Amino acid sequence: MSGRTRSFVVIAAAIAVVALAALIASGGSGGHGTLDERVHQIGAGLRCPVCLNLSVADSPSPLAGEMRTEIEAQLRAGRTPEQIRAFFVDRYGEWILLSPPRHGWNLLPWAVPIVGMLAGVAIWVALVRRRAPRTNGAVTETEHRRIEHQLTDLEERG
Amino acid sequence: MNARIDDTDEARVDEGVEPGGGGRSRRRWRTVALVLAPLVLFALLLATGLGRDPRELPSELIGQPAPTFSLPRLDAGGTIDLGDLHGQVVVVNFWASWCVPCRQEHDALAAAWGRYRDRGVVVLGVSFEDTREAALEFRDELKGDWPLVDDPGSRTAIAYGVFGVPETFVIAPDGTIAAKTTGAVTYEWLTDEIEGALRAGNVE
Amino acid sequence: MPALVGTLSLALALALAVYGGTAAIVGARTGRPRVVESARTAAYSLFALVVVANLAMLAALLGNDFSLRYVASNSSRATPTFFKMLALWSADEGSLLLWNLVLGGYLAAVAFRFRRRRPETFPWALAVMFAISAFYLVLVLGPTTPFATLATAPLDGRGPLPLLQNHPLMAAHPPFLYLGFIGFTVPFAFAIAALITGRVSDAWMRVTRRWTITAWIFLTIGLVLGALWSYSVLGWGGYWAWDPVENVALLPWLMGTAFLHSVMVQERRGMLKVWNLSLIVGTFALTVLGTFLTRGSILASVHAFAESIVGPLYLAFLTLVLLGGFGLIAWRRESLRAEATFDTPLSRESVFLGNNVLLLVLTFTVLVGTIYPLLAEAVTGGKVSVGSPFFNRNTAPVALLLLFLMGIGPLLPWRAASLSAVMRRLQIPAWAAAVTAALLALTGAGGVAVIVFGLAAFVAAATVGEMARGVRAQRRAHGTSVGAAIGAAVARNHRLYGGLVVHLGLIVAVVGVSWSALEDRSSEVTIARGQIVPAEGYDLRYEGLTTRDEPQRRVLVAELAVLDPETGDEVVRLQPSLNLYPSASEPIGTPSIRTGTPFNGMVDLYASLVTVENDTRASFRFFVNPGIGLLWLGGAVMALGGIVAAWPTRPRAARATGPEHVAEHREEVTV
Repeated sequence: MSGRTRSFVVIAAAIAVVALAALIASGGSGGHGTLDERVHQIGAGLRCPVCLNLSVADSPSPLAGEMRTEIEAQLRAGRTPEQIRAFFVDRYGEWILLSPPRHGWNLLPWAVPIVGMLAGVAIWVALVRRRAPRTNGAVTETEHRRIEHQLTDLEERG
Repeated sequence: MNARIDDTDEARVDEGVEPGGGGRSRRRWRTVALVLAPLVLFALLLATGLGRDPRELPSELIGQPAPTFSLPRLDAGGTIDLGDLHGQVVVVNFWASWCVPCRQEHDALAAAWGRYRDRGVVVLGVSFEDTREAALEFRDELKGDWPLVDDPGSRTAIAYGVFGVPETFVIAPDGTIAAKTTGAVTYEWLTDEIEGALRAGNVE
Repeated sequence: MPALVGTLSLALALALAVYGGTAAIVGARTGRPRVVESARTAAYSLFALVVVANLAMLAALLGNDFSLRYVASNSSRATPTFFKMLALWSADEGSLLLWNLVLGGYLAAVAFRFRRRRPETFPWALAVMFAISAFYLVLVLGPTTPFATLATAPLDGRGPLPLLQNHPLMAAHPPFLYLGFIGFTVPFAFAIAALITGRVSDAWMRVTRRWTITAWIFLTIGLVLGALWSYSVLGWGGYWAWDPVENVALLPWLMGTAFLHSVMVQERRGMLKVWNLSLIVGTFALTVLGTFLTRGSILASVHAFAESIVGPLYLAFLTLVLLGGFGLIAWRRESLRAEATFDTPLSRESVFLGNNVLLLVLTFTVLVGTIYPLLAEAVTGGKVSVGSPFFNRNTAPVALLLLFLMGIGPLLPWRAASLSAVMRRLQIPAWAAAVTAALLALTGAGGVAVIVFGLAAFVAAATVGEMARGVRAQRRAHGTSVGAAIGAAVARNHRLYGGLVVHLGLIVAVVGVSWSALEDRSSEVTIARGQIVPAEGYDLRYEGLTTRDEPQRRVLVAELAVLDPETGDEVVRLQPSLNLYPSASEPIGTPSIRTGTPFNGMVDLYASLVTVENDTRASFRFFVNPGIGLLWLGGAVMALGGIVAAWPTRPRAARATGPEHVAEHREEVTV
């Protein structure tokens, strides 16, 4: 028993160190980021209109470059990321956003991982806890009824 | 003994047959149907994607006021300001020398220009992602004569939500965007839209 | 001439496929082995005919036969020979030839493998494979046949799409991918055969186990090569864009990986039978879905081939697979009862089930995300995009959980674990995580980095620890050297050690992916000739432009010197280029990469050329990407692990049993 307790303590201590480290590490972030970083962040959420499936931040095409310039100009003029995104949506439609805005039907793809995890955990629990399959010899209720019927029939036949 | 009421298929006893035989078969089919139903739905969903062009996109700007611009002329000096053209029907055509459909639509644009310029309709070509030399070469080769402007930084193209070329917008006399099309325009489309915009302008 | 030869051989192959499928079924049902035998040998002929068709196309390409529309559209006189050969599969119709070739190859391989001893379901499995071959042969002979001819042959062809002739990697990516996709046909066929005949014992799984692992290995390599191609050729600085076609290649990999794990549970405990059958039907269906989405012009993508009218055909086939496969499983439900239950949540079976659950969550997330634009348009008429930000955010947490399970899974024995034994084994890995986390936190890393790399350290330590335990047991039992002990341990248990190596490879790849995702940076700079501009911690100097004329393109190469900002020494000279093809409206850039190695801090220096103004000025995108090299290394290790796992072993009877072996058994975790 003491062996197990010792292992437990060792592991618990290790987990504590990791948690503490994570806490310390995440405390150091924050701040606005440079202009370039903010352009990149907004651009990463917009789809490049001419190349297929790349973001404005990543795309090497000239139009994407000009859109990045446009974003930078708007940031300098003091507009917020939401306003800048709205600017593009007004012109290109919601298609230009690489993450579907979370309203209406669009909630479906966002819900899938959450619902999936819940369903998955439920399935896992259900399967792991399932007991006594039929082959173990236990008699289920329906079988019980069947047997009773047959017994009844036998009795009737005398 | 007969008072027992059974409500499950499996409990029904057939003469001489293994108990629950008929019920098992029906239950099988029910399981099968339950499993197959969502799959059929899935297939139908995918089927809706057939016959659609994945690249075609609706326009957001129809009915909205046309974004203003003041762009330098390519074929002459000075600038063209969209505000100056208020009250006229303006056909804004985004094009480039490297774009093959732009060649194909050139005649349609020229014909529309020829037919409607006397009624105050302006055809305006906006160069997209192109060099001045290549653009002017294109003009010289195809011999159009409507005004051309350059779009430095593609700010106007972005303002109009342009995905690629050619894209053509018809702006009504009240300054709103009456129509938009992507790909090479046809003479029919141009005349339809220009006539419609002219009518709308006259009503006011 | 090639058109005739090609079409004829494909038509004959189709006839053989129909014959083979029919004969196999007839022979099986009427109990005539010779009929089945004729079907089996028909597989060889079918393969030979498809090879002939491929060679005919190759000949047409190399011989500049532009009377074939495919050759005229995808090759030209100026195209280098290597890329002419590549043109065989670089475009839609041609790649269908390659698909048929690989499928025919697997068919022949199955026929060969079971030439003497075979399971009872073999004829049915053969029939299923013939049926699938028939479908793809109909496609390649149908509306988009590569052997279509033009009324008048042009003098020269258009040449391949510039993007497809820019880099030799195009040679390797599709074949490996196809070998992976199509490989899953084999376990699928045997599963269907088992369901049809009602012989739903484990035989179908055991018989096809190596085929499944092999397909998995090929698919892994194909995916990694695709990422490598995207990174080294496309020039946007990344390797995975969550493009729909990338996603549909990932889906069967995810489900196939789940399948590889859960079959082990069925083998040992007789559980999860319906689960495993569903997984293999699902995996195969996903490969068909992949071809449907790629070729049916349903979704716009980097890969989207030209408009094709075969969408409905693919959809019909996919529907048949789904309805037939799952219908059969539902039909046979009664015979598929589990023979046992999970003893406790703390067992390897339970962890494998958890692995499956998480992999399926990932699969559905990526699947729904990829298909959602279709659904949205069907319902609302509007177009939406689902791209990288969505996928990254929604897959990362699940992936991290999966990693954790990957760490503890091998530590747990089958059936039930003694908690104290497990905890004992967890101590070192837990502290590996703690030390890593502490070091990172103290050196200023972010919270995400601490968690991810701490977890990676945990898994790596746990995995290596398991390997060490087995080797130690060998040494103790035999007193051999470390090397011999490793060899002996692996030889006794290929699957376990192969699997552990795969896990290690995956961890290495995950470290690479996470590191680059957290720390990569880039900027755009315009530099005048001779000028030095600072960027991302380096100094960049533009040295000038050289032009190189090649038969099929003109190449503009910019010399970019990357300098150490403190010493001024040249760290590397990068040479990004722009390729001007006559058929392309815009130039295609080729990036220049200095690969990261352990000797230079594992950091890639990457530059792509955006624009040039003669010799005077140039614009670049300069990237500093740490950890990318680990991704390629990890992929290679995963493939290696798969090979170890699939390695053929001598039959168990041949191995000696004696008192010295008892000691090993006690320590060893029986797999």
